[in-house]
Amino acid sequence: MKRTSLIVFAVVCLIFVLSWVLKAGTIDGDNAIQDAFLVTLASFLTLAIMSFMYKDNAYYKFAEHLFVGVSAAYWMCVGFWSTIVGNLVPRLSEGLSEAFGVPYLGGELDFGFLTLPYPLLYFIPIILGAFLLFRLVPKVGWLSRWPLAFIVGTFAGLNLVRYLRSDFMSQISSTFVPLLVDWHGFGHFFANFSLAADGQFVAMFSNLVIFLGVVCGLIYFFFSKEHTGLFGKASRVGIWILMITFGASFGYTVMGRISLLVGRLTFLFKDWLGIIS
Amino acid sequence: MSPRRSTTGARPPVLCSCLLIPLVFFFLFLTNSASLAQGETEVVDTTATTPLAPVTSLLAQDFKYDDGDKLMLTWVPSIDDIPVTGRVTAYEVYQICNNGEPHRIAELLPEVSTFRVEELHRDSSYQFYVLALAEDASAQSVVTAAITPEQEWLKWNWLNLMVMTIVVCGAVMVFIKTATKGRKLFVRKIAGLEAVDEAIGRATEMGRPILYIPGINDMDDVQTLASLTILGHVAEQVANYDIKIRMPVARSLVMTAARETIKAGYQTAGRPDAYTDDMVSYITDEQFGYVAAVNGIMVREKPATVFLLGAFFAESLILAETGNSVGAIQIAGTARPAQLPFFIAACDFTLIGEELFAASAYLSDEPKALGSLKGQDVGKGIAMAAIIIGVTLTTLATLTGAEWMSSATELIRSWFVVTD
Repeated sequence: MKRTSLIVFAVVCLIFVLSWVLKAGTIDGDNAIQDAFLVTLASFLTLAIMSFMYKDNAYYKFAEHLFVGVSAAYWMCVGFWSTIVGNLVPRLSEGLSEAFGVPYLGGELDFGFLTLPYPLLYFIPIILGAFLLFRLVPKVGWLSRWPLAFIVGTFAGLNLVRYLRSDFMSQISSTFVPLLVDWHGFGHFFANFSLAADGQFVAMFSNLVIFLGVVCGLIYFFFSKEHTGLFGKASRVGIWILMITFGASFGYTVMGRISLLVGRLTFLFKDWLGIIS
Repeated sequence: MSPRRSTTGARPPVLCSCLLIPLVFFFLFLTNSASLAQGETEVVDTTATTPLAPVTSLLAQDFKYDDGDKLMLTWVPSIDDIPVTGRVTAYEVYQICNNGEPHRIAELLPEVSTFRVEELHRDSSYQFYVLALAEDASAQSVVTAAITPEQEWLKWNWLNLMVMTIVVCGAVMVFIKTATKGRKLFVRKIAGLEAVDEAIGRATEMGRPILYIPGINDMDDVQTLASLTILGHVAEQVANYDIKIRMPVARSLVMTAARETIKAGYQTAGRPDAYTDDMVSYITDEQFGYVAAVNGIMVREKPATVFLLGAFFAESLILAETGNSVGAIQIAGTARPAQLPFFIAACDFTLIGEELFAASAYLSDEPKALGSLKGQDVGKGIAMAAIIIGVTLTTLATLTGAEWMSSATELIRSWFVVTD
């Protein structure tokens, strides 16, 4: 480690301890020292992550590795307690349920022509789950493909119906909009012309944009025909509509991200430094 | 004196009138208040003594096309259930199972006239009644006849969905068969996919690794599946050019599938010995923990090419910006509309939505993938035709006011409406 790095590290440690002590003096309660430590640590980790904007550095690496390690362990625990203990154990065994302190949900599955005990059915995921671990044994490693095939196949089948219903059928029926709204001739239209949001012109224009946008967008995503001639022009309109939509979405999402930044800065200036109230 | 007297003589009536007028008004006010108060009391009394009208025509029917665990209740609301000024404050639905004790199963708002009873059993009979509630009274409806829920094997109200599934899947199968027979199927060029081989070539020239990010969703997301299909092609090219590929993932199942895919790519390229499991590494399921790690990999290993293909969320811009800052050529693709703007802004090529799914067919040139893509185009053709016909008929119906046109529009619309 270079001398400069050591000096910077020493200064950072000094500031950390100083901040901890000063913060502890401002917090009331029995856990003042512990709370002050946590607030200071959170602030320093926030600053460490933010230091990545300057360049990659040791403090960022520390925060990154801490975050990855803690979160990986956390998700492993969540997976065990919510999936295995929360879902599997209560349906598998009364004794195990008692041991883990979860209510036993055992019973029978009635198929009409066949009645099966619950635990029997739940041996299927246990077996498939065990197959995934067979990757560790090269001789039977090929068995780990079975649960993967089951997962991919099941979700492909489930999503086919879901997407066909929501993203295909519903979209089509929702696009059946009249291009003329409250139409009583051109005379009436121009006599009552208004740019009000609930006016006739805006309603008609909105419907026209929906209709053209959907049809031209579909043409852009049509891969069986070369985009030339009239088809190509419609495709260009489609991509323009997409880009305008993306532009609007960009601005909207950036505003959301700014609010996240504000939240983090509020933590630093309010909870840590106490500069703002 | 006389004037003074007269003046003084005039004072008593003025004073009297000054006192009398307010007194009269005060008396009138009191009388009026009293009468108003009496009137109010009378109104309250009248209401209190008037019995509350119960709901009528209560009917329990089997819920169509279910697993035999639902019933549908309909009724005509109480005549005292009038918007804003009505007396009814709520409805309570009571259930009697196998002639047992009634118990409340729902409390509904006024003006509600239907309720779907769920979680029932096919081997039990049920009766229901509805209690209309007011602040000072309640009224019970008649009890329905006993009914047992029935199970249906097919959801006939989803017939249109089944027909559409058969049409689209049938088209896919026909095109797959056509492609398998050796007939050439045309698919137009996709700019982003054309760049895939260029990007791999660039990494080869620079002697730097390729970083492949498959998004942060699991194997249940079609975007992840599409990403792994493209990965197969990329892995084959990587094996051919003998360059390094690095693939950090956020899901354990994706890690397993990605290892299989890359291994298959290396085997196809005839270099199975060059494959190692280290090419794919699991980081963490935590979204921003994963992002922090990938950012670190980007700045430390400085990949020549970054693929961002799959399902991305708030991390899209962070990843794309970091990749851009290290000078990597970036090819991105996702079907999430909210993240596409960031990829378009920060990446060199972006596969927009459907293009990501078309990628597998375009890159692999396999009959199955090509047939699938062509079959999907049939679906898009049906959608376009239906929309054009529907919008034309709707517009003409508005313009002419013809009844048959409105009926025809509703008929076509009903083909595309899937009810529960």
